[in-house]
Amino acid sequence: MVEEKVVYQRPDALCDVPTHYCPGCTHGVAHRLVAEVIDELGVRGRTIGVSPVGCAVFAYQYFDMDGAEAAHGRAPAMATGIKRVMPDHVVFTYQGDGDLAAIGIAEIIHAATRGENITTIFINNAIYGMTGGQMAPTTLPGQRTTSSPSGRDVELTGYPIRMAELLAGMPGAAYVARQSLHSVKEINRAKRAIATAFKAQLAGLGFSMVELLSSCPTNWKLTPPEALAWVEQVMVPYYPLGEYKVTDEVRALTRKQG
Amino acid sequence: MTIELLKGNVALAEAAIRAGVEAYFGYPITPQTELLEHMAKRMPELGRAFVQAESEVAAINMVYGAACTGVRTMTSSSSPGISLMQEGLSYIAGSEVPAVIVDIMRGGPGLGNIQPSQSDYFQVTRSAGHGDYHPIVLAPASVQEAIDLMTEAFDLADKYRHVVYVVADGLLGQMMEPAELPPMQPLRKERAGWALTGSEGREKRIITSLQLNAPDLEAVNLRLQFKLAEIRKREQRSTEMLTENVRLVVVGYGTAGRIAETAVKRAREDGMKVGLFRPITLWPFPERRLSALADQVDAFLVVEMNAGQMLDDVRLAAGGQVPVSFVGRMGGVVPVPEEIYDKIEEIYVKLPVRVR
Repeated sequence: MVEEKVVYQRPDALCDVPTHYCPGCTHGVAHRLVAEVIDELGVRGRTIGVSPVGCAVFAYQYFDMDGAEAAHGRAPAMATGIKRVMPDHVVFTYQGDGDLAAIGIAEIIHAATRGENITTIFINNAIYGMTGGQMAPTTLPGQRTTSSPSGRDVELTGYPIRMAELLAGMPGAAYVARQSLHSVKEINRAKRAIATAFKAQLAGLGFSMVELLSSCPTNWKLTPPEALAWVEQVMVPYYPLGEYKVTDEVRALTRKQG
Repeated sequence: MTIELLKGNVALAEAAIRAGVEAYFGYPITPQTELLEHMAKRMPELGRAFVQAESEVAAINMVYGAACTGVRTMTSSSSPGISLMQEGLSYIAGSEVPAVIVDIMRGGPGLGNIQPSQSDYFQVTRSAGHGDYHPIVLAPASVQEAIDLMTEAFDLADKYRHVVYVVADGLLGQMMEPAELPPMQPLRKERAGWALTGSEGREKRIITSLQLNAPDLEAVNLRLQFKLAEIRKREQRSTEMLTENVRLVVVGYGTAGRIAETAVKRAREDGMKVGLFRPITLWPFPERRLSALADQVDAFLVVEMNAGQMLDDVRLAAGGQVPVSFVGRMGGVVPVPEEIYDKIEEIYVKLPVRVR
């Protein structure tokens, strides 16, 4: 007799539906990590997710929990409204780089400065995905996009913005980290960061954000393996991985809970 | 209950509190700031949510978020701030969640000034942002009416799951009048069946204005239009004074309606058969009653503190049956009764000899 043991299955917090994400895109991995963390914390029934405008616009279709769809960039404001009247609920936003770092930069900075007790999952793939590959605030110097066809010229368009470093400087931020989804090792680290971010919220410690370096093979015009290599070789050097803000309270929390 | 001397903005804020508003989000802008300041003091005292947002854009999206959870929520602003809120208002209307917005109008366009105006009539009645819809718009003419309509605004927002404006000009927001506040309503314990409250023990709920499939979005629009048609049928409100057996009816809302009342009374004293019609709902515009009046009178005169915006709606209601004239001031200039009186007289003497 061989004893069967389930070692891998769909998390309860993810719906059993087909996804619209492109092959090789790491949004699916990010969704799964968030869902696993929510399952492990046992908070699915009291979690409300706020979806962005961008490739993850349908995130609410994939997460099996209450959800709302925000206007472009406004997810942190919307999440603030929800959290202030539902303080016992878990509220998170899931946003891309155009959404969070361009049109919504005021909302995310002020959510962080207020120490808004919400969690933000930030997908940085250095490009506007849904609109077909335009330059994002996170597009790297020299990177070709449909709106920087000769490569991003920093003299004309400025430099890519490092959001984790920026938000870590906000006193209201309890936990800010940047991780990557380009390898199994990094995915495991990313999950630990997401878990810490949600635990910080559950403990009422303030704003938490995890930036995830993510791939966009379609708009980068690379194969999925090439895209993961590009994340590692091109994005990581500009966007160093690690924890940028861990308050003492958050550190105590992770030490206590493992 | 006692009659107190209350400032318009403060009265609006306290009336909202007593109507059970659980969350206020706002940004300072003259001439409505006292409303925000009253909320800043009172809401935390009562254990309710108050956030001074980083912008009107953020404020309305905070309102959107709170509204999704089924609580009574609101913001307040003045004309340029209302311009910034158009995006969020469109999402709120598209998602069909209830929200109340107070607009204490000032002179425009652009930064304009901080003087009283009715420059937002188009902005608040035609739509609020992109898409095919009208918000409900209530226009008080006194501090007491502002209090009464504030309570009603929340009831209408809940009933229709829609955007409801209470619009006044800076004069009404800033002036003090004797008025009576209603008793404090208890906060609702139950949340509506559509609200986001966490999916524990039930299917998940989604609130979105996104429908990628054209027929699906058309279905949403048809539902919205059906709702608006119901509102149009049921919620037209107006008041009138001395409109029986008159030849000319002056039409004005809010402060302009009040100033027109003084002019109409003087014209009556001088023997002119003139009455006053004051819309209370700007949308739905009280077209039924005004059309009925068009059958009975010889002319309408519209008075506004703008270049003639409600004028379009009065013309539509008049349906070409009677001539519609206009008198108004712009840029924060408040008309005096004399100039309205002069216009009444000018029109009145030219009215055709009655044959019917």
